[in-house]
Amino acid sequence: MSAVTVTPAGRPNVLSNTLTIARRNLLHIKATPEQLVEMSIQPIMFLVLFVYVFGGAIAGSSAAYLQFALPGILVQAVSFLPFTTALALNTDFQRGVIDRFRSLPIARSAVISGRILADGVRILWSILIITGFSMILGFRFEGGAAGAFGAVLLVLAWGLVMCWPMAFIGITARSPESVNTWGFMIILPLTFASSAFANPDTMPGWLQAIVKANPVTSVIDAARGLMLGGPVAEPLTDAIVWMAALLAIFVPLAIVRYRRRI
Amino acid sequence: MTSSAIEAEGLVRTFGKVRALDGIDLVAREGTVFGLLGPNGAGKTTAIRVLSTLLRPDAGRAVVGGYDVLHEPAKVRGLIGLTGQYAAVDELLSGQDNLFMIGRLLGWRKADARSRAAELLEAFDLSDAATKYVKQYSGGMRRRLDLAASLVGRPKLLYLDEPTTGLDPRSRLELWKMIRTLVAEGTTVLLTTQYLEEADRLADEIVVIDHGKVIAAGTPQQLKMRVGGQVLQAQPADPADLVATERILASFGDAENAPHNDGQLISIRINDRSALGQAVRQLDDAGIVVDDLSLRRPSLDEVFLAVTGHVAEEDELGEHAAADERRTA
Repeated sequence: MSAVTVTPAGRPNVLSNTLTIARRNLLHIKATPEQLVEMSIQPIMFLVLFVYVFGGAIAGSSAAYLQFALPGILVQAVSFLPFTTALALNTDFQRGVIDRFRSLPIARSAVISGRILADGVRILWSILIITGFSMILGFRFEGGAAGAFGAVLLVLAWGLVMCWPMAFIGITARSPESVNTWGFMIILPLTFASSAFANPDTMPGWLQAIVKANPVTSVIDAARGLMLGGPVAEPLTDAIVWMAALLAIFVPLAIVRYRRRI
Repeated sequence: MTSSAIEAEGLVRTFGKVRALDGIDLVAREGTVFGLLGPNGAGKTTAIRVLSTLLRPDAGRAVVGGYDVLHEPAKVRGLIGLTGQYAAVDELLSGQDNLFMIGRLLGWRKADARSRAAELLEAFDLSDAATKYVKQYSGGMRRRLDLAASLVGRPKLLYLDEPTTGLDPRSRLELWKMIRTLVAEGTTVLLTTQYLEEADRLADEIVVIDHGKVIAAGTPQQLKMRVGGQVLQAQPADPADLVATERILASFGDAENAPHNDGQLISIRINDRSALGQAVRQLDDAGIVVDDLSLRRPSLDEVFLAVTGHVAEEDELGEHAAADERRTA
């Protein structure tokens, strides 16, 4: 059983370990094509249904509503993607895969950085698919190339930020079922009670208060401003403050949970 | 000259109120199989997790392959392979990708990782299923892949945490054979099991633990000697003769050793070697036909009963309590 001679592993290489684990996480997509549906077809379905069912009623025409709703649909899609992170982490713990990684002489942080890299790839994929499809339907970036680039970057950043609370849930929850329950309970109201699908001014006062306090609203408003050339400064500042705050809370929480659980 | 591969002194680890390890000492010699035997919840898995640097002990010291688990954990991880109670393989990857990934994580070139994976798949009779997803594997195949995964880096020390729990008898025998091969090649194996037969067959030395404490240690032979004497057992052909058989056998025991009746077989611990001959005559006189009448050394089951005061299979509740404790801690 020892025909191969192997160069002895020296110090673990964080970058190489990260890439290997990210590759592993992305290979899971091949084994579960549902993930691909979730990343591509589901948001497109949402987009088409919202734009053509409600578009006329809300914005006067489907074309006008597509311009309004795309930023919201993008942010909603990337808010749901980290669900997979939570479920995968939960399963890895239950199955002992995390123990295996940790018993190997590798960089321990690679388990997390590999996860984030893979999530970044999935989120970016989703953004590009949805945006590309919207352009076929007639969406136009009115804020120029820089605005478009900035919006993609912002939505990607938001998706990565959302990975942390979801990772916290994934590590803490006792089973994948409870991950689902918790995740859904948080993400669904968070994305709907926002400026994603309708102008908050049309909502009752109590809901307006919630919508305005919702970080998702800031991210959507900023993305909308960047994509359509509207006001950016205020919502972008709010979005960045929110993202920093969420990271400051959930990165340590998730890491503490991770350390405790192992 | 053999030196010790694992040395642990006074290991303590508590989860809330549960003292999973309560001052464990053990020494495993290089190139041998060291058996850690105990019921569920005895602390076996906790001991493995401490010795594989996955868990810090609250007190005590452990040296693995010359490296302290607390001070040089990375060095320890470079020496060990771990196969847990659950098959810790990635279900959503193929068997081949699982092994390839570990080779890559160890810092090997792609070609090396690939050929090592192929080599192990071949050795563990998984070549035909190499590109199938592990979720399609049977329980025995998963367990073999799990063992293969722990061997990718050619560990000098292999930790096997209840490797055959839940396996059918054929897969169990196969796994035993593989373990013997590895030891013959120089690997040191730390094996936990609740199957006394497994420890008896594989281990050079055994430590019996219960409630986090070592309660007996020695070779399987020494442990059996400790219980002393021999066991006389008889199985009457007609179950109606059980009571009469029990009465006859009881006369060979003493105040401490009453016969044990399992509904088919009567067994009793004896010290008098002439008992077998006398038993033959007395059973014959009573007109009892037996299917089995024999004299044997006590099994490890009986050793276990003697040193722990309870049979090996109980205490599931303790294990669950400990697991819950771990989750909420």
